[in-house]
Amino acid sequence: MKYIDYMQLNPFQRFWYNFSNTMKAFPGKLKNFFAAIGMFIANFFKGIGKAVAGYVSRFVKGDWAVKISYLIMGFGNMVKGQFIKGLLFLGLQVAFIAYFIFFGWGYLQKFPTLGTVEQGMQINPATGGYELMAGDNSMLILLYGVLTIVLTVIFLAVYFASTKSAYAVAQQVAAGEKPVDFVSEVKDLFDKKFHITLLAFPTLTISAFTILPLIFMILIAFTNYNKAHLAPGKLFTWVGFDTFSEIFAMTEGASKGATFVELTKWTLIWAVFATVLNYLFGMILALMINKKGIKLKALWRTLFVITVAVPQFVTLLLMNQMLQEDGAINVLLMSLGIIDKGILFLNSTALVARITVIVVNCWIGIPYTILITSGILMNIPADLYESATIDGAGPVRSFFSITLPYMLFVTTPYLITNFIGNVNNFNVIYLLTNGGPSTENLYQAGYTDLLVTWLFKLTMNSQDYNLAAAVGILVFIVCATLSLVTFNLTKSAKSEEEFS
Amino acid sequence: MIKSYKLKRGLSNAFIYLLLAVLGIIWVSPLVYLVLHSFRDEGLATVSYLLPKTYSFKNYIELFTDTATLNFPRWFLNTFVVACFSCVISTLAVLMVSYSFSRLRFKARKPLINIGMILGMFPGFMTMIAIYYLLKAMGLTQTLLALVICYSAGAGLGYQISKGFFDTIPRALDEAATIDGATRNQIFWKIILPMSKPIVVYTVLTSFIGPWTDFILAKIIMGDARDNYTVAIGLQTMVSLEFKATYFKRFLAGSVIVAVPISALFLFMQRYYVEGVTAGGVKG
Repeated sequence: MKYIDYMQLNPFQRFWYNFSNTMKAFPGKLKNFFAAIGMFIANFFKGIGKAVAGYVSRFVKGDWAVKISYLIMGFGNMVKGQFIKGLLFLGLQVAFIAYFIFFGWGYLQKFPTLGTVEQGMQINPATGGYELMAGDNSMLILLYGVLTIVLTVIFLAVYFASTKSAYAVAQQVAAGEKPVDFVSEVKDLFDKKFHITLLAFPTLTISAFTILPLIFMILIAFTNYNKAHLAPGKLFTWVGFDTFSEIFAMTEGASKGATFVELTKWTLIWAVFATVLNYLFGMILALMINKKGIKLKALWRTLFVITVAVPQFVTLLLMNQMLQEDGAINVLLMSLGIIDKGILFLNSTALVARITVIVVNCWIGIPYTILITSGILMNIPADLYESATIDGAGPVRSFFSITLPYMLFVTTPYLITNFIGNVNNFNVIYLLTNGGPSTENLYQAGYTDLLVTWLFKLTMNSQDYNLAAAVGILVFIVCATLSLVTFNLTKSAKSEEEFS
Repeated sequence: MIKSYKLKRGLSNAFIYLLLAVLGIIWVSPLVYLVLHSFRDEGLATVSYLLPKTYSFKNYIELFTDTATLNFPRWFLNTFVVACFSCVISTLAVLMVSYSFSRLRFKARKPLINIGMILGMFPGFMTMIAIYYLLKAMGLTQTLLALVICYSAGAGLGYQISKGFFDTIPRALDEAATIDGATRNQIFWKIILPMSKPIVVYTVLTSFIGPWTDFILAKIIMGDARDNYTVAIGLQTMVSLEFKATYFKRFLAGSVIVAVPISALFLFMQRYYVEGVTAGGVKG
């Protein structure tokens, strides 16, 4: 459609035009998305191949100084006058080799088995006494093994860069140019290569405290690290996909598999209710507050928004206390004469507790929707509503035929991030019910436990570290798929706003 | 005809006022309960009536003076110190990352953005156990330094909102400055940052608030080292079975003391907050 044709449509037709285009494009986008992943992998290996080819050809073409630099990092730079830079490379090499020999190799060696010597009572050859001798600590072997691998990868990258740099400086000298001196290279770090300076510190901390632990936990899922194999007393080792097959095994009773199925069901029910109810009621309230002719808009808005402003742990702990048998809500109901004995909201039956957490979550989440959607609701073209009113549509009809489709279209990404947030909604469940009411029917879980709170209990209470890590990976796979689809949808819609 | 229309609108508005008033009361009453009962003088943990009979500042005074078992002032100071340090470090990290991704063009930019996105999808505390062991290996568990590290180490991943803001500053400014001989370092400090005061304020405030409201990480790291608790886990300890009978009213008072400044900061910056969320998660 040409732009001029588009301009002649009325707002409603424009909306449908955009909406149907997005939907029609969806299968194609999905195909492109998988194609993109394939391309990414292919490009990755192509890139590595190219790098290796360059590495070899630079060695062949380079002079003697370059060739020595392949063994002694920074040699080429030092010989050609870049003394400080060469020294830095050399220093790094020495430091890494020292680390590797005196620390890393010992752990890396044991990495395939995660240790063979168990801690126990043995004759100590030094004293001749029967003593408790320290064995291998599988946990530390895994942790430092991963650390050594990560450091080795980083070192290889630096090594690669150093050979490249040696070759570059040799080329410069051969062409009769003066090699770049150290001061101007440092100056470059604040101008042309400023991104290196800026990103160095965040990359370092993220690698150490996000990526390294993440790799560690992913690997834990493939070991038998649990309460029967607790380091340092006992050894644990690689078991492949055993933990995952335990989760997917369909056995009766309070098994891990049955608990996983039950909690997955509840997590999804919870996430759907928490997302949809908050979204719908939040939007209706926002519409009411912003309706023409309603006065004191700021007052109404603040009344609701204030609950978002109060820190969540305060409101949740407060709610937990108010819902106790002798808490404020039972006191209120009794003084109104509705009940004569306190209701156990949080720890009687599964159904009561589940309904309670969903209702309390509405109290927490609806103001949030009001806050976010107010602005977008005001952007719906007023003539849509006017023409609907002229055609005889009431407020309910307008809501379902205009507001809801429009908002769904505009806020789909928000809804999906919200859904993912609810799947991972640790605080509400943990602080409100702590997973309760507890039961014998589930393995280490209560009826309101989500997968993420179960994960937490598995690590903190029952030390099923491998199981917890496996559950974490499964949650990640679900969330990542949803996010990627959303991300792609957003991108597609954005590019489609430009009419060709 | 017009009269009946007016009547209809009046009726529907009256209905809306009624509904808003009822819902408003439902929403605010727990907070009113919190504030009123934090001043309650009589009774132990809970009482069998809704409004307190006598009011005094006793709970607040005891909260700050009776520190033998549960030391609230200490927790408050801990949280304040941690919040200050992690606020400075996180703000710098966020601004550095978002400036690089927004204004600078380099080969690794796209891959880094993608990696950041994927890292954000893992459930946050999946890594906490590993972080705990890492900190233990460094001998840092149960210290405030560990908290500062945890709160600020991953901060760089939260760059989206300020990147969105930097993206709106015209690139022509950078180009003009480059022609005048400014380096990118100078452009960052002297042109972009002064123009981005709102987003700097927003980043400072959110990273300052973080440690006050985080719960789970602090609990894992601190364990039973009660003296190094932050207010969040401290307040939870007050309503645990062991302490609830004596400390419930002080818990209410402590909650008020924490909630008032945090809420004020949030209300002050809610506009940026909404902009940030809608910029990241809504098409527009």
